[in-house]
Amino acid sequence: MKFGIVVNEGPYQHQASDTAYHFARAALGAGHEVFRVFFYHDGVYNGTDLAVPAQDDRSVTARWTELAKEHGVDLVLCVAAAQRRGILDEAERKRNDKSASNLAEGFRISGIGQLVEAAIIADRMVAFGD
Amino acid sequence: MGAQSARSALAASQRPDVPDVRCGGNARNMRMSEGYRHGREVITKRLLYVNRRAPHGTIYGLEGLEVVLVGAAFDQRVSLLFLDDGVFQLVRDQDPSALGMKNFAKGFRALEMYDVTDVFVSADALAARGLTVDELIIEVVALDADTIAHLMDEQDVIFSF
Repeated sequence: MKFGIVVNEGPYQHQASDTAYHFARAALGAGHEVFRVFFYHDGVYNGTDLAVPAQDDRSVTARWTELAKEHGVDLVLCVAAAQRRGILDEAERKRNDKSASNLAEGFRISGIGQLVEAAIIADRMVAFGD
Repeated sequence: MGAQSARSALAASQRPDVPDVRCGGNARNMRMSEGYRHGREVITKRLLYVNRRAPHGTIYGLEGLEVVLVGAAFDQRVSLLFLDDGVFQLVRDQDPSALGMKNFAKGFRALEMYDVTDVFVSADALAARGLTVDELIIEVVALDADTIAHLMDEQDVIFSF
């Protein structure tokens, strides 16, 4: 089965991102495909490269990056949601004349159409968050 | 609106003239403007956007509307449904300027231009909040709980905001 995943909450504050990650791992482990993980609302905070969690805690962002490296999973942040919350890739940093970019490795920033496209192409969309 | 008329309004909104072509369907049976091309497939799904929250206390309403407006470009069979406090998003003549918030309710007026005309509200949610369809910014069809269950049952994808 081809899954699309939506993460609607930020890391640490809420379980949604952890559950989505474990769901993605389990789906891939069972031989399914994860077409895309789309991060929306506060979910875009999963893609910040500037989080420094305690050493004895999981790194939510690093885990997503590893998943992308291992399985080529497409990790997409909504551009409008990311911009208003301060998550920028290098192109957006330049375009908006900001001092730094902070998009973590393995993620990309794109339009909200990527969410709708995932819903159309995937056999099942699974949303995590309230 | 009574349950019977709500059901017939829902039935009319299902547009029987639109061919029921799903994943792997035959593109020749479709109007050119219908569906999203993915490789050799043209995919048309039923997408329902459910709005459940009041407009300005959280960002879900505003960011939900952004998905609907952008998503309209994908030529799918789209419906909107407002449940619970979500019906407050549609209240006409809102002025949230004292909150420093944008009156995004005006954006719902654009739905018609994007060919999104199947807009439903929960009759129970309206009644519980002392609202009527006449107080809303766009034309909607009020549905009872059974009809809402039926509407949800026939979707391919449900987005909830």
